[in-house]
Amino acid sequence: MRSHTIVLNVNGEIHMVTVRSADTLLFVLRSKLGLTGAKPGCLNGDCGACTVNVDGWPMKSCLMLAIEAVGKKITTIEGLKDTPIQKAFIDDFAFQCGYCTSGFIMNCHSLIEQHPDADEKMIEEWLESNICRCTGYAEIQKAVKSVLDQKK
Amino acid sequence: MDVIGKSVIRKESFDKVTGRARFTHDFHTTPMFSGHKVISPYGHARIIEMDLEEAKKVHGVRTILAGEHFPLTGEAIRDRPPIAVDKVRYHGETVALVVADTPFQAKKAADLIKIKYELLPVVNSPTDALQQNAPLVHPNLGHYQKEKGENPVPGTNIASHIKIRKGNMEKGWSESETIVEASFSFAPSDHVAMETRCATAEILPDGNIYITTSSQAPFMVKQLIAAYFHEDIGKIIVDTPLVGGAYGGKASVQLEILAYLASKAVGGKPVKVLNSREEDMITSPGHIGLDATVKFGAGHDGLIKVAEIQYLWDGGAYSDKATDLTRAGATDCTGPYNIENLKCDSYCMYTNHPYPAPFRGFSHSELSFAIERTMDILAEKLQMDPLELRRQNAILPGHMTPTRVRLNKSNIGRLPKCIDRIKELIQWDDGKIVEINDRKFHVKGISCSWKTSTIDAFAPSGVILTFNRDGSINLISGVIEIGTGTKTVLAQILAERLKMDVKNIHVRMNVDTQTTPEHWKTVASRGTFMNGKAVLMAAEDIIRQLKEIASCVLRAPKEDLEVADSRVFLRDDPSIGLHFKEIGYGYQYPNGNAVGGQIIGRGNYILRRMTRLDPETGEGQPGPEWTVGAYGVEVEFDRKDYTYRLLKAAAVIDIGTVLNEKAAKGQVMGAMSIGLAFAGRETFYFDELGRVLNPQLRTYRPLRYGENPEYLVDFILTKQLDAPYGARGVGEHGLLGMPGALGNALSTAAGVSLHHLPLIPELIWRTKEAKG
Repeated sequence: MRSHTIVLNVNGEIHMVTVRSADTLLFVLRSKLGLTGAKPGCLNGDCGACTVNVDGWPMKSCLMLAIEAVGKKITTIEGLKDTPIQKAFIDDFAFQCGYCTSGFIMNCHSLIEQHPDADEKMIEEWLESNICRCTGYAEIQKAVKSVLDQKK
Repeated sequence: MDVIGKSVIRKESFDKVTGRARFTHDFHTTPMFSGHKVISPYGHARIIEMDLEEAKKVHGVRTILAGEHFPLTGEAIRDRPPIAVDKVRYHGETVALVVADTPFQAKKAADLIKIKYELLPVVNSPTDALQQNAPLVHPNLGHYQKEKGENPVPGTNIASHIKIRKGNMEKGWSESETIVEASFSFAPSDHVAMETRCATAEILPDGNIYITTSSQAPFMVKQLIAAYFHEDIGKIIVDTPLVGGAYGGKASVQLEILAYLASKAVGGKPVKVLNSREEDMITSPGHIGLDATVKFGAGHDGLIKVAEIQYLWDGGAYSDKATDLTRAGATDCTGPYNIENLKCDSYCMYTNHPYPAPFRGFSHSELSFAIERTMDILAEKLQMDPLELRRQNAILPGHMTPTRVRLNKSNIGRLPKCIDRIKELIQWDDGKIVEINDRKFHVKGISCSWKTSTIDAFAPSGVILTFNRDGSINLISGVIEIGTGTKTVLAQILAERLKMDVKNIHVRMNVDTQTTPEHWKTVASRGTFMNGKAVLMAAEDIIRQLKEIASCVLRAPKEDLEVADSRVFLRDDPSIGLHFKEIGYGYQYPNGNAVGGQIIGRGNYILRRMTRLDPETGEGQPGPEWTVGAYGVEVEFDRKDYTYRLLKAAAVIDIGTVLNEKAAKGQVMGAMSIGLAFAGRETFYFDELGRVLNPQLRTYRPLRYGENPEYLVDFILTKQLDAPYGARGVGEHGLLGMPGALGNALSTAAGVSLHHLPLIPELIWRTKEAKG
């Protein structure tokens, strides 16, 4: 299989990496850049644990090839620092094992940035793409709503 | 109390919201080979031929493990080859393991392995397994090595048979005016931890075996690999970082064995074996299925006089933990009710299904579905309020459990209190059914549960505390952080005892079996109880040492000293004292003389007075205490298409003491969520060849955001006298009553008695159609 040397913009840093044509963005983030915050959960887009932010929108990085990410601005969980949603996740106990947390926070963060006025229905449409098996979602609901309320 | 009960944030919080928390698969050394499994596409088949030639030619392939007779494995009965030889017994069973430089090469080669199978007749349910002339899953059952107390029946599919006999059945039936009998069943399903299981192994030239694994039981990995493969137990070092959800599924030892065998086959080089989601669902052990028959006899007054119960557990292709699950199901077989005359037969049946691991609740949510549905059927026949029926039969101090443990005010919580509170929480008196419009109405169902642990009576739990030079303390325990927050709660217990700021207690999250004292397995809601006891003992140990050195420096008797706020001081003049930082590493006098040294505290705990069950009557002490709970579920039901929406789910658990409020509520709500998903939608669908048709998260659907109900959680506080601050186990209990409560709500809604899980609209429709 062919390899390509590509340039990726991740968390505001420019990285040059050599990838296979078939390498997913998730695989490259984790094994080439050491950014293991995005997690593999199903590798076919069902669970959302690998969610990152591409040009401002949430993207399941297992469904995107690394070569498709060239020229785009990628933010991973490691690129977020002291954001309101991270703080809310801690204060509201919105995670237990923490495995789905990166994906959930990236999805919530994108939602808050794109739709600060999101209503309940929109929150649900966005967040139903991720699975959390530990919490039962009540704490995640509380966390995302508390941040959106602050924005209003 | 300063620290106990507070919602102290988790010690690993900041790592988990920044992506810096690392799980097993996040560690990857270079070089590290990748192992890729080839799995059986059938439930039961003979392996006729295996052609590895093309696979071996793939670039990067180092070895292929296949067709080799490795020692048999299995926790209770050694019935399981690590890699299937000659025969496969379940869909998903590993038949070969390719080891290659990269995961892609390993997968490519695995896809090129050609295997010819000859299909064998399939045992597709535990009831089928019990039939005369049923195909035998293990014709060699009589020849397997087994643990003490295991009694499989050769020539059958029975891996174990636990008998509970109490009272006088004849008397019970003769006193019964109302008798109900019903059968229930559900197929195996899965835990769906978001982190799929992963294990790596490396064997160094000195013979040390290093394993890293996403496990709830790294100490069992060490013990079992030593036993199976005759390795020195001290040379096996198992490391477990944070674990991404477990719910019992990661208490079984499986991938670690594959990683170990693979590393051994490539000269000890490191090999990683990672489950795909599909493999995690069917190759690795899942959630047990059950066929149950329950018969209750009661007087006119509603007092239950007698019960006859048969549980046929779906032990799957290999027994591993299934015989233990069968035992646990027998132990608490009646649910939380006082039934003096009792006969229960709990069978572990071999089938051609994926084999079970423990699942949060360890047989109790499963048996509760059968018991709690029967309770509602009985209430209907007696024309009694179902909550009142439960209240009247609630098991209390002074009563005897099915295994004849005499209950007292400490070893069981107060079920009537839970029932009273659930009644308020779900506004039971406002009516079971509330009409909304001509299509929809709201309907409620309730249930109760109890549970004790049935873990190994010889299970240790240890803690080490060490001081840092600034007087802060490191807490090192064998409890795995699987998401329950137990390690934070342990820090709270220590902070409370030492009257110090919990911020100055550092918790080691990783466990490695060489330097961490053993906590048997992080299972059975026993982490806080057992390891909490060990923490308290270790706290006493450091208090003694602190006072000893302070007494010497302060020239005051130990008896006059107090410990608080990271200081040791005179009780009558707290201004005279020493900070931990001055004595935690010993004390140095102004002239340079030093005494003492680093203070190291130690504590351990082992359950007291546990016994094995009597093989004829089941008499014995299985666990230290019973946590009880009452539950309610409210759904909006559509009478036209039988769909429903979860509105509210309520749980009241007698937790003894709340140690960390948000963490405790989170445990209960999370468990309720899994329970509702298990009851309402999750199952494996098998075809006639024993194939699982839905091993994917789009065809097997856990609850998603927005599908969850509103959770109502409250606690009753009946202290367990010998537990840390009186706290009872609570990790599992939110789950236990959900299947029963949902089944009761939907049976009321549909006007037919529902006896199977999952409770999907199609099942309701079929049941109604069958009734005509």
